[in-house]
Amino acid sequence: MALKSLKTLGNQAAQPLAAQTPLAAPDSAAQQQAKKRHRVTIQREVIVLLAMLVFNLLFTQHFWSLQTFNVNLTQVVTIVIVGIGMTLVVATGGIDLSVGASMAISGALAPMLFMNIPGPGGIALAFVLPVIAAAACGVFNGLLVTKLSVQPIVATLVLFIAGRGIAQVVTDGSLQAFDNPAFQWIALGKVGGVPFQVLLMFALVALFVWVVRKTLFGQYLLITGGNEKAAYLCGVPTARVKLIAYTICAALAGLAGLISISVNSSSDANVVGLGIELDAIAAVAVGGTALTGGKAYIGGTLIGALIIQLLRFTLLAHGIPDAAALVVKAAIIVAAVYVQRRSR
Amino acid sequence: MTQSGSPTPPSPSAGRSPLLEMQDIQISFGGVPALRNANLSVAAGEVHALIGQNGAGKSTMIKILTGAYRRAGGSVRFEGREIDFRTPKEAREAGISTIYQEINLVPFRSVAENIFLGREPRRYGLIDWRAVQRRAAALLESFGLQIDVKKPVRSYSTAIQQMVALARAVSSDAKMVIMDESTSSLDEREVELLFSVVRKLRDDGRAVIFVSHRLDELYALCDRVTVMRDGQTVAQSSMAEMDKLQLVTTMLGRTLAAVVQDDSTAREANLARRGAQVMAAHNLSAHPKVSDVSLEVHAGEAVGLAGLLGSGRTETMRLMFGADPLEHGTLAVDGETVTLKSPQDAIARGLAYLTEDRKGDGIVPELSVRDNLTLVCLRTLAKHGVVDVKKQQAIVERFIASLGIKLRSPDQPIRELSGGNQQKVLLARWLAAEPSLLLLDEPTRGIDVGAKADVAKIVRELRDAGLAVLLSASELEELTAVADRAVVIRDGRTVAELNGAQMSESSIMDAIAYGSDGPSQLVEAAHTAHIEDALEGDRHGA
Repeated sequence: MALKSLKTLGNQAAQPLAAQTPLAAPDSAAQQQAKKRHRVTIQREVIVLLAMLVFNLLFTQHFWSLQTFNVNLTQVVTIVIVGIGMTLVVATGGIDLSVGASMAISGALAPMLFMNIPGPGGIALAFVLPVIAAAACGVFNGLLVTKLSVQPIVATLVLFIAGRGIAQVVTDGSLQAFDNPAFQWIALGKVGGVPFQVLLMFALVALFVWVVRKTLFGQYLLITGGNEKAAYLCGVPTARVKLIAYTICAALAGLAGLISISVNSSSDANVVGLGIELDAIAAVAVGGTALTGGKAYIGGTLIGALIIQLLRFTLLAHGIPDAAALVVKAAIIVAAVYVQRRSR
Repeated sequence: MTQSGSPTPPSPSAGRSPLLEMQDIQISFGGVPALRNANLSVAAGEVHALIGQNGAGKSTMIKILTGAYRRAGGSVRFEGREIDFRTPKEAREAGISTIYQEINLVPFRSVAENIFLGREPRRYGLIDWRAVQRRAAALLESFGLQIDVKKPVRSYSTAIQQMVALARAVSSDAKMVIMDESTSSLDEREVELLFSVVRKLRDDGRAVIFVSHRLDELYALCDRVTVMRDGQTVAQSSMAEMDKLQLVTTMLGRTLAAVVQDDSTAREANLARRGAQVMAAHNLSAHPKVSDVSLEVHAGEAVGLAGLLGSGRTETMRLMFGADPLEHGTLAVDGETVTLKSPQDAIARGLAYLTEDRKGDGIVPELSVRDNLTLVCLRTLAKHGVVDVKKQQAIVERFIASLGIKLRSPDQPIRELSGGNQQKVLLARWLAAEPSLLLLDEPTRGIDVGAKADVAKIVRELRDAGLAVLLSASELEELTAVADRAVVIRDGRTVAELNGAQMSESSIMDAIAYGSDGPSQLVEAAHTAHIEDALEGDRHGA
């Protein structure tokens, strides 16, 4: 696997020369090469991830166990789910700082619903309404960005600041503790020994890989981010595409908020989703999606999140304090972005 | 007129050793030679015209001189020393200043700050603002310009901005100033003001290289001229020894007869065959570039939209495509008055717009050729929001074959393709949407000669297949090669409409130069064939 990828890397280095003398007709070998190159950006991250797995298998005690596997994956679920939405927003050339706030709003609303409305109806509403509320935050972001042409980082800063405040007002700033197995099944349930939230995460990754690759929206997303002026002149509804991206991003953050409170059996508007925007952006960047827009590697974001998580685990398992781990995390991000720039 | 290689003819600057001597300059881009044995020799105290069509190599020559490109061969001597600037900064420090059409000033900073940017006089380690303002005002006054130097540059007209740029060059002790199409956005009075400053520079012993497409200006201002064509220097002469028509024919590389006689019968036949009106524009205006443009395009005809750079061609097309809001005027598609709020509306009406700025708003560079090609028609390929990949692939393969697009694979990112092939992909992008009117803005800009011929051939075939085509081109040769008739615009106004036999490079140039009311000796020359007389008259006139 690693060897094959290295070969592909070599091919890529030779590209610029070949590009200047295009051949008369496309041949199948060249076509395959182009396809391989398509995947190379993600493969590089796969190599890093595999290297870290091998390192841990060799040097970390008790690494090879279902327990470790589950711990690492469950810790990464919310980051990946938020990261998927972030990837879509980043693909449009934007960024969403308000995802943590959207998580807090959704996390604040859900307990109020299932604790006050008894029966399955309450549980169902507790899943649906908070996600819709979060999606409304996304619509707000999207309208600021498209209708008022506010820069995304500023537009989403509004809810980054206000959103958590709203969540605190809704809950009176108090911590809501609960024990509701039916609701918490989303985080604590297991299917065949694998936590349901992990399966949900993989399902969402698969869904959005498909959305980006095969749907009209996915294509329009990449076109809008790749060259917005061209997209506009070609009749692509760029404003609507962006609005949808921000809405999906916030809705996914809302879902992540539900998982987050279920794991903790409590909801504290001060804490839910705190700082997740940076973890998500880091996962997107490490995953190979350029922050300039026009690319959306959902699979890359998953791998990026796993790399960051595994790194943190490795450092902790070897007795390196969390504070130092943060520095290493930052270094990995810098390295990942540097490698990306080099490959252009 | 002297061919390259022969000795320089006597001129006001003869006898002095040239300030700048560029010899046998060579450079290629991606294996295509852009300059082959290009020469340029400029003396101190002269205004030197550098002319040629777009793509002739003027800009490349200037970029080599100013260190933006590195030459592959030849020598550049400046003030008697062999030089090889690696960056524009080195050229500036050596005393070569360039003033581009898009002026390199900081719009929100004051005039004074702009003049001394990076070289502010200091006092006690701080910028001495009073000295900055005093010296800036004095400098501009020596140009005969009295303005408030504390006001931001953007509050002044383009002409004054040009002069601020000139003042900046002068204050940095430039020995040579290069003016690249500096006058294209100025009105007559402003041009005169600018010229008086340029003459002052010349009289101070500085050299000025002046690039312009406006022939009258060249004769009004320049002492000597270098004509370039296809990457070579084809003539170096004093301005007085070369009359306008000679200049134009040298520039275009055609004999006078060829310029005058175009294939008018075929055009007339085409116009006679044309179908119903597809689009009509009446009195379009949108501040500041378009003030009054009217034109119509019929099925089965190719209409050329001619005009200088900055005359409002692109803006007119964007208005017709709904890309910019229309202030006044009406648009009709298939005889029905329409309001186009966005390109989406225009596309729905069967319009297509190939942008002039291929890199800026044409290609999506990181995406594959396939995704770029199907960008417009993608909507029709989707069923319940999911793209039908098989149909998409079929369309891509069909257009790659029919337009002869050269590439390794449709999965290849479009940025890796040559300019000509990128342009074909963009053309295919619109054709795949099956439009009834093609608006082609400079379809042959920045692509190699072979691809130009291909694009022209494709456009002719589309016209013959019944499409309505409106195309613009700075290069009249390319315009007349494809168009059946031409609409000439100048400063955002339609000034002439030249049908079939009336249309020739010279008549278009005439309309561009003089407008509809001006003298039209060139047109007369074409019609009466008394070319000699016309030349005589032109020489006296100039």
